[in-house]
Amino acid sequence: MSEQAPVVIVGTGLSGYSLAREFRKQDKETPVIMVTADDGVSYSKPMLSTGFTKGKDADGLAQASTESMAEQLGVQLKTYSTVTGIDHAAHELILGDERLAYSKLVLAWGADVIRLSIEGDGQDRVFSINDLMDYRAFRQALEGGRRVAIMGAGLIGCEFANDLRNGDYEVDVIAPSDVVMPGLLPEPAANAVQKELENLGVRFHLETVVDRIDHHGEGVRLALASGETVDADLVISAVGLRPRIELARQAGLDVGRGIQVNRALETSVPDVYALGDCAEVDGHVLLYVLPLMACARALAKTLKGERTEVRYGTMPVMIKTPCCPTAVCPPPDDADGDWEVESDGTSVRALFKNASGEILGFAVTGQFAIEKQSLAKEVPPLHG
Amino acid sequence: MKKWQCVVCGLIYDEAEGWPEDGIEPGTKWEDVPEDWVCPDCGVGKEDFEMIEIG
Repeated sequence: MSEQAPVVIVGTGLSGYSLAREFRKQDKETPVIMVTADDGVSYSKPMLSTGFTKGKDADGLAQASTESMAEQLGVQLKTYSTVTGIDHAAHELILGDERLAYSKLVLAWGADVIRLSIEGDGQDRVFSINDLMDYRAFRQALEGGRRVAIMGAGLIGCEFANDLRNGDYEVDVIAPSDVVMPGLLPEPAANAVQKELENLGVRFHLETVVDRIDHHGEGVRLALASGETVDADLVISAVGLRPRIELARQAGLDVGRGIQVNRALETSVPDVYALGDCAEVDGHVLLYVLPLMACARALAKTLKGERTEVRYGTMPVMIKTPCCPTAVCPPPDDADGDWEVESDGTSVRALFKNASGEILGFAVTGQFAIEKQSLAKEVPPLHG
Repeated sequence: MKKWQCVVCGLIYDEAEGWPEDGIEPGTKWEDVPEDWVCPDCGVGKEDFEMIEIG
């Protein structure tokens, strides 16, 4: 039965569509079915935090319709279809009452946003933006509003803060950390980004959290643990992502922080693969573009029958804060060494060097951001 | 002269314009763009660009 069955890809985000595109470069014949819980419109998630800067609404950020993707890629698309289980012994994907046979199954269903449980009656004004449909809902709700409060000062919180200021909205950012993008940027670089965002008019409320969100006038009032209040029309919750692992766990696949796969993107179960934001690849959970594109290329070959391991190179992350261009390549968690920092105002060059002077990671901001590619060449690749 | 688009972020490389910020002169054909050039907006490599028709 499996001989005739299609390759089934769950998810039509950047991972799912990139995989389908790469697979079609290798194999134009094998039937491919793509399953998605949403509308299947193609878009690039990293671009969701650039809408105002680029003058694009949700339609403007959409790259291609579902029909056009199906045609371009030569695949069948099942939209608004939610996976409820995986029967890997039978090689079947379960979609409610329906069963879909697969020869090979790829899980590219992404990550869920973390939602904080916060008191108050203003929850209907709290938005998380994790896909284009979320973005569309957010933009509609924002019509007529001028003030946005952002919970979270990570990469997404900072990118949205910059983008909304570029759209001339009032922006307040609330986060428990004492710096922006903790864990991603070394402190001098984080301070530079924060300073430039402040120069742009973003108001930061760090080292505190939102205790309550209640309706107030036309919008909501946020009560912070610090005793301050912030009034806003809408709230963006950008406190982090968690790879979707629950269905995989129930199906008996090995899971850790993500769905565990080896460098060939194979899960613990035969003929089931995973990539993108849901996957823990060889111990790495990297919710960024470059790793998933590398995985899509390797997996396309494997699906065609030529088992290929992904090789992660040096993958700098570009942070889309145009007021302070920033790129970072975090050193490995277990790396021994120290940050060496040079700065000129809010232009920072921070190099993480080991005892022998090798660069194992870096962060560059402002006028030094253009050095990102030359620096990336000096950093040893993740998979040597 | 052709245009190439980044499949990730939509950035367009126009051969007629080149990319002077990275030292790529106007008129540089795509195949002559250095193999290690990456998308200035999102960092993906040349393999993630596709040729687009000019509208």
